[in-house]
Amino acid sequence: MRATPQVGTEGFQRIVGLEHVRAATPEDAIHGVQPALVVAPGSVGEISAVLKLASELGLAVAPRGAGTHLHLGAPPERLDVIVSTRHLERVLEYNPGDLVVKVEAGVPLGALQEVLAVSGQMLALDPPDGRATLGGIIATDASGPLRLRYGTVRDLLIGVTVVLADGTIARAGGKVVKNVAGYDLAKLFTGALGTLGVIAEATFRLHPLPDATRTVVVQVDTPGDAGRLVADLAASTLMPSAAELRWDDPAGPGQVLVVFEGIAPGVEAQAATLLEIAHPHGTAHIPDAGREQALWDQLRLPADFREGEACFKLSYPSADLEIVISAVLEEAQRRKILVRCSAHAATGVAYVGIREQDSVALPELVDAWRAMLAVHDGSVVVLRAPADVKPALQVWGPTGDALALMRRLKQQFDPGRMLNPGRFVGGI
Amino acid sequence: MDVAQLAQQLRSILGSRAVISEREQLRTYECDGLTGYRVVPSLVVLPETAEQVQTVVRLCNQHSIPFVARGSGTGLSGGALPIEQGVLIVLTRMRRILEVDLPNQRVVVEPGVINLWVTQEVASAGYYYAPDPSSQLVCSIGGNVAENSGGAHCLKYGFTTNHVTGLEVVLPDGELIQLGGKAPDAPGYDLIGTIVGSEGTLGIVTKITLKVLRKPETVRTLLAAYPTTDEAGATVSDIIAAGIVPAAAEMMDALAIEAAEAAVHAGYPGDAGALLIVELDGPAAEVEHQFERVVAMCRQNGATQIRIAADDEERVLMWKGRKSAFAAVGRISPDYYVQDGVIPRTELPEVLRKIATLGVERGVRVANVFHAGDGNLHPLVLYDGEEEGAAERAERAAGEILDICLEHGGSITGEHGVGEDKKKYMPRMFTEDDLRTMQLLRCAFDPAGLCNPGKIFPTPRLCGEVPGHHRTHPVEAAGLADRF
Ligand SMILES: Cc1cc2nc3c(=O)[nH]c(=O)nc-3n(C[C@H](O)[C@H](O)[C@H](O)COP(=O)(O)OP(=O)(O)OC[C@H]3O[C@@H](n4cnc5c(N)ncnc54)[C@H](O)[C@@H]3O)c2cc1C
Repeated sequence: MRATPQVGTEGFQRIVGLEHVRAATPEDAIHGVQPALVVAPGSVGEISAVLKLASELGLAVAPRGAGTHLHLGAPPERLDVIVSTRHLERVLEYNPGDLVVKVEAGVPLGALQEVLAVSGQMLALDPPDGRATLGGIIATDASGPLRLRYGTVRDLLIGVTVVLADGTIARAGGKVVKNVAGYDLAKLFTGALGTLGVIAEATFRLHPLPDATRTVVVQVDTPGDAGRLVADLAASTLMPSAAELRWDDPAGPGQVLVVFEGIAPGVEAQAATLLEIAHPHGTAHIPDAGREQALWDQLRLPADFREGEACFKLSYPSADLEIVISAVLEEAQRRKILVRCSAHAATGVAYVGIREQDSVALPELVDAWRAMLAVHDGSVVVLRAPADVKPALQVWGPTGDALALMRRLKQQFDPGRMLNPGRFVGGI
Repeated sequence: MDVAQLAQQLRSILGSRAVISEREQLRTYECDGLTGYRVVPSLVVLPETAEQVQTVVRLCNQHSIPFVARGSGTGLSGGALPIEQGVLIVLTRMRRILEVDLPNQRVVVEPGVINLWVTQEVASAGYYYAPDPSSQLVCSIGGNVAENSGGAHCLKYGFTTNHVTGLEVVLPDGELIQLGGKAPDAPGYDLIGTIVGSEGTLGIVTKITLKVLRKPETVRTLLAAYPTTDEAGATVSDIIAAGIVPAAAEMMDALAIEAAEAAVHAGYPGDAGALLIVELDGPAAEVEHQFERVVAMCRQNGATQIRIAADDEERVLMWKGRKSAFAAVGRISPDYYVQDGVIPRTELPEVLRKIATLGVERGVRVANVFHAGDGNLHPLVLYDGEEEGAAERAERAAGEILDICLEHGGSITGEHGVGEDKKKYMPRMFTEDDLRTMQLLRCAFDPAGLCNPGKIFPTPRLCGEVPGHHRTHPVEAAGLADRF
């Protein structure tokens, strides 16, 4: 039985306190779907009580961290209550000697990095927006250039506390890096877009902050040059932390930026070797140390973070870099539209940004990309698109023969379809 | 349908070579590497293709017969322990390396492929497969995937789960699905991450896409001897504190050293109270510099001897003693029980002291071999099975060691899995709600409860009423589960 959210207001207030429940404003809408309430629990127990009440009342819930990635996914079928994690921002356990940290889900990544930096450590995740909370980063599987060396959330998350739709609090994993006891629910919840439960606490493995970094910039004339450069880099014994491609103008050249981390003599030697490797493929230089920070900031900005652009994520086997980037650029030129491309060049992930005025072309473009990538078991995900075209684009694309199993998982964890209904793959 | 009929039906479909039903032959499969548990299965099937696996699983479903997958049978937690009334599906005939794709750094294999073969296949081109369990000469990739196996080099490079990018799986109802592949970030739930480490309870893996890595430019290995494990542990702490991530950091205590020496004559210093093996790898300029620092740290912490491997041969010898440590313990004790607890690394000195005290109190000898970098302990509890009550005493002591690990914030298993052996300890690590939540996952994959039932969870539950199943479930009949 579905009640109106107002009925719940008092109940939610009793759980989290008067001041932590408010009426939602238009800013709280997700894809134009307006919730009624924003509830901000302050503990795992409160999240549990809030979800239990919401499910008793049949209310649809969207968990929210910093709200930096709410453009992901399809519009929710229903939305009544936003459960905000902004009061869950404590670092619960940090022992530098163990290279492990346990945090509440609402801790912003940037704030955590500051705490860790004091001990010369970092969480090796660098999604574009440092304001993003760790709960949100897990739910969206957000990643950045450093994934080349350190992997993505799934490789760094070693334990979670989650709250299921019915209020059940469950923990999986632990606070040791090596652990195979029980099912790996941390991986199941990673990238699940909050459709299986609310992530309340997370434990991560950490890495030492590098003593030194060195960036090499290579200007390349064609995607073929970029592809060959990255292939030579991958086949070498160099250990780059990131290898990024930027292609802002289809008619102009592109840039490959390679980052080395470690100790000074190590990064110097690696950068020097890369200059040699790069020689046949483009014009390479090592920018002054002073310019590095600016370059890094640029690196962290993939295409989806420019206002007024539609943005897509393309995944493919990494050696197909040339094929994918040339196809995207050629298709854009043929249609006379401007695209911006960027790629985690050695990991098989590219982002394409397209200006909103060109959005009529989107359905055909996306279809063409999907047809191309299907051959290479890749995928195209719509990260951001104008509201009027988004539904026609099928945000997640085809999900293969595992969709029925994914639906059964959703059915087990959230039988009432309370959590983010409709936003995930196949309408989950 | 009884098993004889099933055997006949399977023979007619898969050929008689693929089906074993004679008791003497079946006994070959009665246990895995944990020989304390033995069950003779009703039937063993050796399929050669994913389709054949599907056929077997579908038939088992039709007749509500439980089934268990088995690779090389080296598991140390009884994960591949057969079910008496069930079928054992042995994957050792599916052992082709299907594809080597070096530009994408991927190798596609069938589940019966032996771990070491992957590295051998790509070594000449300068690549290797990183997860290196000590059993790598014999264990299968399918078993590695099921157990999320680790190895000495997982400290820096991660475990099996970090190296699997694609799976083909026969689900417990016989459906075949493809997950991932060579492209990253497939949309949808991370089912690969969910299946890796699920100990064969969520389906049977029939194809695996693995990531292979470029061999590092330089590898440097040293062996340091210390009076006690305290100084060796302090060295590891210093290495980590200095921001150095070694490729491996392995430790052995006096009893383990004695055993390894007796077995493989690795030339370990005989009078040492602890040995530490540290390996660094990566770009030369970095490794050389950091290696010097590590040598200095060993010295500062009171190493009585430091040996540096001059070449590959010496390195292999240093590792040989460590990698054969389990088997070596057989030289100094007729029986032993391998434990696989994990602790936060900084708790090491205290936990080792507690284990030593426990050994004295319980009158059992404990040899310690462990992955010091990530706090994964392998205490080997020695006993003589002939001696009245010794096995029970050893098992009790081993259980108490896990309690110590849990008290210190650790885990009951770092790489060997829960299986049959450690399921009774699960409630000490997880709450009833945690276990019930894991059960939700199980029910999404295996609502009929036929796929390796009775493992991992102490009181396996059935997933409510399954349409069409109105008789007593075979798992219930065998006393393996209750219906909730
Ligand atoms: C001397 C020795 C040293 C060892 N050292 C290590 C070590 O360093 N690190 C480590 O992690 N482990 C180690 N092990 C344990 C063991 O080798 C690993 O767990 C290995 O992965 C098991 O592989 P297997 O092929 O023998 O699997 P099996 O023992 O046959 O099976 C193990 C589990 O996998 C399941 N399974 C097998 N194949 C499949 C499949 N295709 N699909 C689904 N499920 C399947 C089985 O049902 C069972 O639950 C060691 C064992 C021994 C005996």
